[in-house]
Amino acid sequence: MTAERMAVAFGRVLRGAGLRVPIDSVVTFVQCLDAVGITDRNRVYWAGRTTLVRRPEDREAFNVAFAVFWDRLTAGEDPDDIAEQSLSLAVDDADSSADDGSAPSENSISLRFSAVETLRSKDFSRCSDEELAEAQRLMQRLRFVGSPRRSLRLRAHRSQRAQVDVRRTVRSSFAHLGEPVRREWRAPSERLRRLVVLLDVSGSMEPYARAFLRFMHAAMVGRQRVEAFTLGTRLTRVTRELSHRDPDKALARASRQVADWSGGTRIGECLRMFNDRWGVRGLARGAIVVVLSDGWDRGNPEELGEQMQRLGRVAHRVVWVNPLKVTPGYAPLARGMAAALPHVDAFVEGHSLEALERLAAVIHDDHNGTSGRPTATALVGSRA
Amino acid sequence: MAARASLASVSHVQDALQSAGYLADEGLATAVFLALSLKRPLLLEGEAGVGKTELAKVLATVRGSELIRLQCYEGIDASQAVYDWDYSRQLLHLRAAEASGEAAGKATEKLESELYDERFLIRRALLRAIEPRNGAAPVLLIDEIDRADDEFEAYLLEVLSDFQVTVPEVGTYRATEIPVVVLTSNRTRDVHDALKRRCLYHWVEHPGFEREVEIVRLRVPQVHERLARQVAGAVERLRSLHLYKPPGVAETIDWATALGTLGVTQLDEAVVRSTLGTVLKYREDHERVSEHGFADLIKHAFERGALHG
Repeated sequence: MTAERMAVAFGRVLRGAGLRVPIDSVVTFVQCLDAVGITDRNRVYWAGRTTLVRRPEDREAFNVAFAVFWDRLTAGEDPDDIAEQSLSLAVDDADSSADDGSAPSENSISLRFSAVETLRSKDFSRCSDEELAEAQRLMQRLRFVGSPRRSLRLRAHRSQRAQVDVRRTVRSSFAHLGEPVRREWRAPSERLRRLVVLLDVSGSMEPYARAFLRFMHAAMVGRQRVEAFTLGTRLTRVTRELSHRDPDKALARASRQVADWSGGTRIGECLRMFNDRWGVRGLARGAIVVVLSDGWDRGNPEELGEQMQRLGRVAHRVVWVNPLKVTPGYAPLARGMAAALPHVDAFVEGHSLEALERLAAVIHDDHNGTSGRPTATALVGSRA
Repeated sequence: MAARASLASVSHVQDALQSAGYLADEGLATAVFLALSLKRPLLLEGEAGVGKTELAKVLATVRGSELIRLQCYEGIDASQAVYDWDYSRQLLHLRAAEASGEAAGKATEKLESELYDERFLIRRALLRAIEPRNGAAPVLLIDEIDRADDEFEAYLLEVLSDFQVTVPEVGTYRATEIPVVVLTSNRTRDVHDALKRRCLYHWVEHPGFEREVEIVRLRVPQVHERLARQVAGAVERLRSLHLYKPPGVAETIDWATALGTLGVTQLDEAVVRSTLGTVLKYREDHERVSEHGFADLIKHAFERGALHG
């Protein structure tokens, strides 16, 4: 068997397992196999790992796929046959049945007419499928600008409050025998703060989760530097899936990626995972973090409070969106919500399109330069 | 400098790295070997303190070549990474020409071409890495690429594809021998896919217990084996405690060095309490360890530390 046949077949197996394997990676894999040979299992394994895996999340799937592929190959099977049979690789799904969210069952009252105005203020959980589709279409119009922050990158600038751009000043002076007739300036440019959206996909959020996912997509195509995650029994990063421009494709991909739709909730644990793996390392630093959740948490509320505090320390601003907040007489009784609130800068409702428009405005209006959160407790106090 | 080690196979690479004080597991050795033989950049990702940067340094040592390091940060641009002009010297040159009366006789263009002479060029890391040179091609370490912004990444992609840089006033520099490129990332954000595709990729793991003992023994030879095993055992337990910042190999080495300096021969609670600051850098982590109990930590360290046979 040649290295080429083996590499191409294995590439197909990996694609079947959900990895993204571009053809040039397969070509590099072949070159690597030429260098290490195709007989030693470990050599082949590591040649594959260095060329075909580019994210630590994919290691597990790669390991399983490789083990199956290699075993069958050494058993004398034809590599093309192995690739042909689509390998269904078991994903670790042990914890999804551990508990289920307590979903408040809502009878959907379907209305025959859906003028945009009523739709705008209508609770997502009461929308019919058609109305939801219409709401999602309207959501596409939402634009997120968000507040900029000073970047460390310097750009040419006309104002004289800036610093002298020596490079350009000297360069232009050469035309005047070294006399700096004109001084050039430069100043820090501004760049958008990263927007990090964390969506709770547990059972109790089911009436809202899909609308919110659409909202996340609107945020992603509207601006750059958005990171999206879902929280449930586990943390899933859906940035890559949602970044597809076509909303239907993006949503379908993201939904496939999320293994714990309508499962239980362990927001605290998920947040810890987010903080450990992503947030505190840099992803949430100076970012605007939006949590879309009703705050029903089966986990330990202390953990949630602790992780929110940790997140609050690195983020520029933390916005919590709770679709239940609009309910008359709502008080944040969910233990998780109560634990999280002290560490939240803005607590807003998110049950309808109108509310989401307001949320987009909250993200937008956030003024640059106020890195502390002086109004946090006042805001939360007055609203909650 | 020691004679250049052979790097002709995976096990040769592993041996050469070890002789220079770096214990690489088979995966990392394979990745290095492949990067060398395919002449592709190697992207290393992993937790902080697992030895990503160190690998590049050691690689330069074993190849007997220069290490050129480019530390990335937000806002880094071509004038800091590739080249810049030495303005003050250019101005001086111009003044000197003026003072000697030379300038009057010369056409402006002539004078200007003198100003953009190579001797006024400040070569930064990327240009130095691809400049023609005598001897082995250097090791170019592009550290913490995730800190640079997208614009710089795109530029880097171009340089790493062609290994050439054009300075408009002077001409094009092209590497006669492609340098060994090592990129590191702490994954504070995803490096762009196009750049990843150019590179071979390796995720550097925390070492297992036995390997960590070997690393401590190799790097801190003054420490007795029993203590090395206890330290590695304690660190292993610390990593299982869900700390904010689990200790990396660098912290293990620091800790062992500190203990060696203090003349400690085995761990006890007082010693651990007073030296824990070399391993854990968050107050919350210290609290968590206190809550967990030092007794258990030391018990585990002793169990692991027991020498076989």
